[in-house]
Amino acid sequence: MSNDILILAEHLNGKLADITFEMVGKAKQLAAAFGGKAVAVLLGSRAKALAESIGAEAVLYVDDPALAEFNPEAYRLVLAALIKERNPRLMMMGNTSMGMDLGAGLSVTTGLPLIAYVNGLAADGGTLVATSQIYGGKIQAEAVPDGEACIVACLAGAFPVDAGRVGAAQVAAPPVEQIASPAPLGDLKVKFVKLIQPQSGDVDITQQPILVSIGRGIGGQENIALAQEVADALGCAVSASRPLTDAGWLPKTRQVGKSGLTVKPKVYLALGISGAPEHLEGMRGAETIIAVNTDPKAPIFDVAHYGATCDMLDLLPALTEKVKG
Amino acid sequence: MNIVVPIKQIPNLTDELEINSEGTHLDHDALQYVLNEFDEHAIEEAVLTKESAGGTVTVIGVDTTGELNEALHTALAKGADKAVKITGDFPRGTASHTQAKLLADAIKGLSPDLVFTGVQAADDRDGQIGPMIAAHLGLPYVGVVTGVTVKEGKAAVHKEYAGGVMAEFEVSLPTVIGVQAAHQPPRYAPVSKIRQIAKATKIEEIAGGEAVGAGSSVRRMFKPESAGHAEMWEGSPEEVAEKIVALIKEKGLLKG
Repeated sequence: MSNDILILAEHLNGKLADITFEMVGKAKQLAAAFGGKAVAVLLGSRAKALAESIGAEAVLYVDDPALAEFNPEAYRLVLAALIKERNPRLMMMGNTSMGMDLGAGLSVTTGLPLIAYVNGLAADGGTLVATSQIYGGKIQAEAVPDGEACIVACLAGAFPVDAGRVGAAQVAAPPVEQIASPAPLGDLKVKFVKLIQPQSGDVDITQQPILVSIGRGIGGQENIALAQEVADALGCAVSASRPLTDAGWLPKTRQVGKSGLTVKPKVYLALGISGAPEHLEGMRGAETIIAVNTDPKAPIFDVAHYGATCDMLDLLPALTEKVKG
Repeated sequence: MNIVVPIKQIPNLTDELEINSEGTHLDHDALQYVLNEFDEHAIEEAVLTKESAGGTVTVIGVDTTGELNEALHTALAKGADKAVKITGDFPRGTASHTQAKLLADAIKGLSPDLVFTGVQAADDRDGQIGPMIAAHLGLPYVGVVTGVTVKEGKAAVHKEYAGGVMAEFEVSLPTVIGVQAAHQPPRYAPVSKIRQIAKATKIEEIAGGEAVGAGSSVRRMFKPESAGHAEMWEGSPEEVAEKIVALIKEKGLLKG
């Protein structure tokens, strides 16, 4: 085993995702403690310029036409071969849409443990300690791998982004080693077809000064009208947490969160929203957050500025009345 | 079309989660278990696929709670055709790695064309079972999928990225798909129908093999300390509404 750390760079549409820089920054700290190097791994086609913007100690750039777009099968084959060849102490990837297609499968094929949903990483003496955020953000679990080597899947936003970005203070451009794919990619069962951009034509919830945002606490589809009345009176829009858009009660364009949209209104009313990490990621930048939830221990109250524990279904009609004066 | 849906039971997250006296795991016995919500979507997508492309749906799970029958009967009431239970000494909170290995061993004998799993579960500390099952079976895997259309030995899937962007992939069958959300909300099964099925149906049982473990050990479990907390407003809904309106007016977002 080497003491190096491999970090999978994540990119889409010619742009690196912030999680790449976040992991690289953290990896440099850990690599120093382990006596190895933080090596970013970028899979792509004609993407060397991207590789040069990653502030790792070195970048391994795997160039192949089959890697022009993210492909879970191709990525898994390449990473499995690289792990076998380079024997890293740690392989880091995002606990993101892309990383979630890879880590668990790689854990099985390489025999390395996977620790997922990681929002804390430390080197305790020579031991890696990874903290996972599980059970919908309600529990933190601090774990150590049974052996020395390990794969971790990191949550977006867990580590500072600047330490891994070339151009930030004291972060220099890395040496880039370009290699051909270490695994044959000629006969893939998964084929990339196209990217689909978000639908438009609905209200743009990212441009609203106020959002009346609703979650499971709304109870049933028939109650959405109550939230719409408040929004109409305020001249703003209704947005929602994931379960409501998954249920088809509101269009996808209204979804706030990691897989939906990031919003920063002046006032965000979070009504009947518990505050799962997926949701918090999309709204914590709002200027003022007011949360109403019958569960006084709901995580939403940890990010909200003001809170109340009354029933949102009682609050909504009262709110409409007060707004109308 | 032979469709298999592996399912997993997890603690009900709306309950207060208690940690055991050693501070290393949840106090599982004190918790109520429910079906992973993403598995509900996997079952729905499987039944929808069966309805459009024909075939059978087999639901399969490791019985870690002694209460798996209920989840299997519910799946049958929603349109699954067959239910399989893997039995053995697998306690609540059994690692994903172990469940995935047991499931993969059982699924191998079922020769599936399609395996739909929930994309993740709230207790997947050591990873999601879908990609693990795919790796054990040597099948491709695409996850975070919100729509599957099967045609001529291939599945067209939509995978979600951040910010509402999606990618379309074409996957040759057999394959494992991690379902984020079904084409339509999971259907409801009336309790009377579930009871009727529970009486009339026999669930096939398979004895599970060895546990493989998570590959990592939890040395401390704790509830996150929040950096801050909202200033709480007491009072009736009317009083709370008044405070909200006052704040909005203060920000100049509402006249009057």
